[in-house]
Amino acid sequence: MQPHEFPQIEQQLASVFERHGCEANKLLQILREVQEIFHFIPAAAITCIAAHLDVPRTRVEGVAGFYSFLSLKSAGEYRMLFSDNITDQMQGNPELMRYFCHKLWLEPGKVSEDNLLSVDSTSCTGMCDQGPAALVNGWPLTNLDHARLDLIAELIRVRKPVCDWPSLLFEVKDNIRRAGTLLGEPFIPGAALRATLERGSAATLAEMEASGLRGRGGAGFSVARKWSMCRASAGEQHYIVCNADEGEPGTFKDRVLLHSYADLVCEGMTVGARIIGASKGFLYLRGEYRYLLHQLEQVLAQRRAAGLLGRNILGESGFDFDIEIHLGAGAYICGEESALIESLEGKRGRPRKRPPFPVTHGYLDQPTVVDNVETLACAARIAAQGGAWFAAIGTAQSSGSKILSIAGDCARPGIYEYPFGITLQEILDDCGAEDPYAVQVSGPSGILVSAQEFNRCIAFEDLPTAGAFTVFRRGRDLLQLVQNCAHFFAHESCGFCTPCRVGTQLQKKIVDKIANDHGTASDLEELKQLGHIMQTMSHCGLGHTAANPVLDLLQKFPDAYQHKLKKLAFEPAFDLDGALETARNITGRDDAWAHLP
Amino acid sequence: MNEQRKIRLATCSLAGCFGCHMSLLDIDEKLFDLLAMVEFDRTPFTDIKHCGPCDIGIVEGGVSNAENVHVLKEFRKNCKVLVAIGACAITGGVPALRNNIDLWDCFQEVYLYEGGLEGNQIPNDPELPLPFDKVYPVYEVVKVDYFLPGCPPSADTIWKFLTDLIEGREPKLDSAMLRYD
Amino acid sequence: MGAPAMSNNMTIDGKHVPFSDGQTIMDAALAAGVYIPHLCHNPQFEPHGSCKLCVVSVNGRNMTACTMPAAEDMVVASNTPELNRDRKALVQMLFVEGNHICPACEASGNCQLQAAAYYLEMQSPHYTHFYQPRAVDASHPDIFLDLNRCILCELCVRASREVDGKNVFGISGRGIGTHLVVNAASGRLGDTNFAATDKAAHVCPTGAILIKRQGYRIPIGQRTFDHHNISEVQMKPQEPEHE
Repeated sequence: MQPHEFPQIEQQLASVFERHGCEANKLLQILREVQEIFHFIPAAAITCIAAHLDVPRTRVEGVAGFYSFLSLKSAGEYRMLFSDNITDQMQGNPELMRYFCHKLWLEPGKVSEDNLLSVDSTSCTGMCDQGPAALVNGWPLTNLDHARLDLIAELIRVRKPVCDWPSLLFEVKDNIRRAGTLLGEPFIPGAALRATLERGSAATLAEMEASGLRGRGGAGFSVARKWSMCRASAGEQHYIVCNADEGEPGTFKDRVLLHSYADLVCEGMTVGARIIGASKGFLYLRGEYRYLLHQLEQVLAQRRAAGLLGRNILGESGFDFDIEIHLGAGAYICGEESALIESLEGKRGRPRKRPPFPVTHGYLDQPTVVDNVETLACAARIAAQGGAWFAAIGTAQSSGSKILSIAGDCARPGIYEYPFGITLQEILDDCGAEDPYAVQVSGPSGILVSAQEFNRCIAFEDLPTAGAFTVFRRGRDLLQLVQNCAHFFAHESCGFCTPCRVGTQLQKKIVDKIANDHGTASDLEELKQLGHIMQTMSHCGLGHTAANPVLDLLQKFPDAYQHKLKKLAFEPAFDLDGALETARNITGRDDAWAHLP
Repeated sequence: MNEQRKIRLATCSLAGCFGCHMSLLDIDEKLFDLLAMVEFDRTPFTDIKHCGPCDIGIVEGGVSNAENVHVLKEFRKNCKVLVAIGACAITGGVPALRNNIDLWDCFQEVYLYEGGLEGNQIPNDPELPLPFDKVYPVYEVVKVDYFLPGCPPSADTIWKFLTDLIEGREPKLDSAMLRYD
Repeated sequence: MGAPAMSNNMTIDGKHVPFSDGQTIMDAALAAGVYIPHLCHNPQFEPHGSCKLCVVSVNGRNMTACTMPAAEDMVVASNTPELNRDRKALVQMLFVEGNHICPACEASGNCQLQAAAYYLEMQSPHYTHFYQPRAVDASHPDIFLDLNRCILCELCVRASREVDGKNVFGISGRGIGTHLVVNAASGRLGDTNFAATDKAAHVCPTGAILIKRQGYRIPIGQRTFDHHNISEVQMKPQEPEHE
């Protein structure tokens, strides 16, 4: 785009700038709004934003080019992004996407000639229990089928604004199938804070310690330890961040917590703020959950009105704390805490080098606690009901309960809360899994479990999980799952370090080659070697885990590869005859010498 | 001595410049020593059109067209040990500079805009090898046993490599011999 | 207690390597004459840690030497067959990711990517090539920018920011689409305030940033890596730079 095509750009951006001020930290939030206004980020806007924030243009271009939901080229007035999680795939999303494209004479990834619409796929949108799902201009569509796509096509054809579409299309259910202490018991907003103030911060921290609460994002770090380290770190300001960047494919429990238990989560943050001495908190909401923004803002407003946020909380002089919601823009890597902090600072979501760790040098280099949504909800319960109560639930090393997002081949997908220590078999029975063959615990970065291991249990000491629980029945092609995961990691690698940036791509190529019936035994060796390099040489957890599905399948389901392998010792990675296609088209030749077997 | 079977050696150049072959000839008087140890199958030095069963096959050049594939597969099928020699065979080399250019643009530039052929037409004779969309290194098309990089590898390097191989040693280049240009 | 520096001791491949507070494993290693392969690191700039060639095993755990602070009692393994094999794989990844055609590159013989590959005894790039189309920008009167050869070490980004104070370069895109961008709305180097005298014009380890009209000035046989291996060159103490 030439700058002269946007002569009014400064006036057009004035209100955005007014809302967000001129701190560079707001860059991502500004770019999100610019995307909504223009349906892409025009080059003129980049120049204008750089001048407004007084940062190099390269900084703005770098951020705009990083996040999936920002586009540097026009993506059409309507942008349909079909969720390509494995569950959406099993529910028929690829066929639905083809149907939709065919109906509107479109090619995936390309914008229609009238600049009306583009269609593409996107990483899991967190609607696995009510897929097939998609996003239209950032708003979630659920339970897609041909009839709904027909309706959507018509709405787009008549250019009806998305905000005026029938609300049925956007219906998102909680689907809570099993509630335990966290989800099932009533909670009175303010109860945890009152108990905290009564008991005192040090005593509440001791309750956290006694509870044995460990982080629910997967790594399982002790919350009491994290909080006390941050509390002990010197800094001008302390910050607490709620990690609601629920990007692991197959996970959707935070969606439900934020929708129906936002008070509990905010209260957990406020308790944490009291303990570490933070007056400012952020809720980092993944872009896919933008539809929750308004409602969350309302919860924050109610809490301010009730004296649970703001200045002198609950009348306690000097207890000042407020929460700001920061929206992501489509980047799985921002679930990694240091990448999340970079993103909060309005930068590319690139994981930082560690040490230093966020508890000493986090947001704006200040001591920062980053906790998962569910962790903070647990913390609120513990503050209200005490550590011993919590520690009595679950196992010795994994206290409390775990919320699972169950989807895939089961009769009742949805949210299930269990005390830690529950076996996979019990869960599979509860959710109505029919003839289960494999379960992916904790998504692509987690563990693929075979039927022989269904007596294993959900616990940090056995199968740790961030919440995803995806069921595969007998007869499912697990290679398709692994291919899906390989594509996911290649798409989500931030690109910073060599082993992950290149390794995830090479892994994708080889898995595709095997899936396309061109694999050989040497390709399996190659996958193992690549997996080793990504696991041991990468910069962060994304690269460390990117080979998990491939390696688990090799180890636990060798047949899934074997039946795909050719007998030959070597097969080219590319289609020899296909590589002649362009020249055949150009020359018009179709003779025997114009083909290769 | 004469009773001992000679090593049978084949060489060819695919999308290459024959520079690696020239460098092989640069071993000068050692050619006599080489001939004492090997006999040539298909090479540019003999007039053998097709590669027969061989001990060693040496391939120069990248894979740029359909004919290259036929030659390469014949070598792979017949040679116990296949060696990729030179930058083009190993990375695509200079011919791979065209990989950044769309094939259709290449054809237009050469045959339509510049009027290189009478009547401005794109040649379509079946005898002409049909080009790939890209130039590929040899190892992406067939399995390769050894690589001898260089553009070209020096005569000394080739000699060291060949004598190692012929005399049954694992070929080992010292650091001064490992060069990509 | 004695002088603190005396008590600071770690070993790298069995050799005692002293360090002072604030030094990374790489800093201490270079100072002690222990070579750890690296591409994105240059002691003149803020450590970056992206190429991962300098990954070492510290008490059994892999860590990035150029960013990891040295610490008491670290037992570091670096020059092991396993790590060197994995480092070679990383170099091979860089070769297939970009379009590195040594015979057609002005930087050949002075290129650290090439020299690292020699050092790690790379015979071939091994992996399938990406052959991604990448741009060559010749718009600047004195400097070429050839993204075919960029390995995303960000040395130019750091030099332009930290030394030149210009921010001519930045990084955009993500994953395999990550790429260098320049500070101009046109995207052309010629429209930036980049100068051939900038530090950033002289830090590229490959041939991605080249000064025009200098090509092939040094005959083959006299180039940096014709007679020195990369460890000798990277271990050489840097002459003081203009501050």
